[in-house]
Amino acid sequence: MANSQLNSGNPRVDIEYRRKKSAEEMRHQVVSFALMIFLTLIAFAVVAAKGFSAWFIVPFILLLAIVQVIFQLYYFMHMSHKGHEAPSLFLYSGLLVGLVTVLAFSTIIWW
Amino acid sequence: MQAEDKLTYETWPAEPEKSTLEAKNKFLGFWFFLGGETVLFASLFATYLALKDKVPDTTHTLAKDLYDLPLTFVATMLLLTSSLTSVYAMYHMKNFNAKKMNLWLILTLLLGLGFLGLEIYEFTHYVHEYHHTFTSSAFGSAFYTLVGFHGGHVAFGLLWITTLIVRNAKRGLDLYNAPKFYVASLYWHFIDVVWVFIFTVVYLMGMVG
Repeated sequence: MANSQLNSGNPRVDIEYRRKKSAEEMRHQVVSFALMIFLTLIAFAVVAAKGFSAWFIVPFILLLAIVQVIFQLYYFMHMSHKGHEAPSLFLYSGLLVGLVTVLAFSTIIWW
Repeated sequence: MQAEDKLTYETWPAEPEKSTLEAKNKFLGFWFFLGGETVLFASLFATYLALKDKVPDTTHTLAKDLYDLPLTFVATMLLLTSSLTSVYAMYHMKNFNAKKMNLWLILTLLLGLGFLGLEIYEFTHYVHEYHHTFTSSAFGSAFYTLVGFHGGHVAFGLLWITTLIVRNAKRGLDLYNAPKFYVASLYWHFIDVVWVFIFTVVYLMGMVG
């Protein structure tokens, strides 16, 4: 993040710069929160409407969930910031193993 | 920087969660743990998907008739909002404002408590009205293991954050406890990540059939 490089030599200036940066980031967080709520509302509305077929609803709400989780991980959990290479490796390795498990359980086991 | 350094508003680092060796280790170790949690929850999801609606006879209630959308919706809103309040808490942590950080963390705790209360109500409702219990069917076992494990994480998160607040109430912020608060907030967000998949895969997909 731009936040981590600051050496104007004047601590007062640096502090002000940092405060401004984090206030700006906080605004982005609130926007991502609004989007997350919006995506949740759509997902619930699609199911509550009862007019759509399951073939449309299931992939659609799964997509909404994935988008929402990306917001959560990259903004709320700061994975978009620098220095998150190892966390990404850990998380995606876990996700890979997890998805293979889900695939196996939902195709090989069906009774 | 050292954890014992006495810091002021001016000398507080931009990334207090990663400015000491201990903090760096904690940060890395915690993400490693979250990778493991991902595998754990994914296997519980896989089990649930394989065993959904697998009941011994027709007297058992199926997912479609069991779940209640309004209740799930309220629980989802509570948990999503608690994720935002903990972002606010970390915003104030970075600005070296312990008082406001604690205030937002307490708000997070209250929302989490509301969520947990709803889940307890939901489970007792299923047990008493529908006789849907842990041992009534494979569906019941898979459902309570997945959703209950998440609820257990919420309960643990509440205890963890409460302990942090009480322990550091009179201490203010320093480089020793800032990483602890940061890691607890990561945990809280991760609980929310898991819940997004629970409300989608278990409740919404359960209603669709």
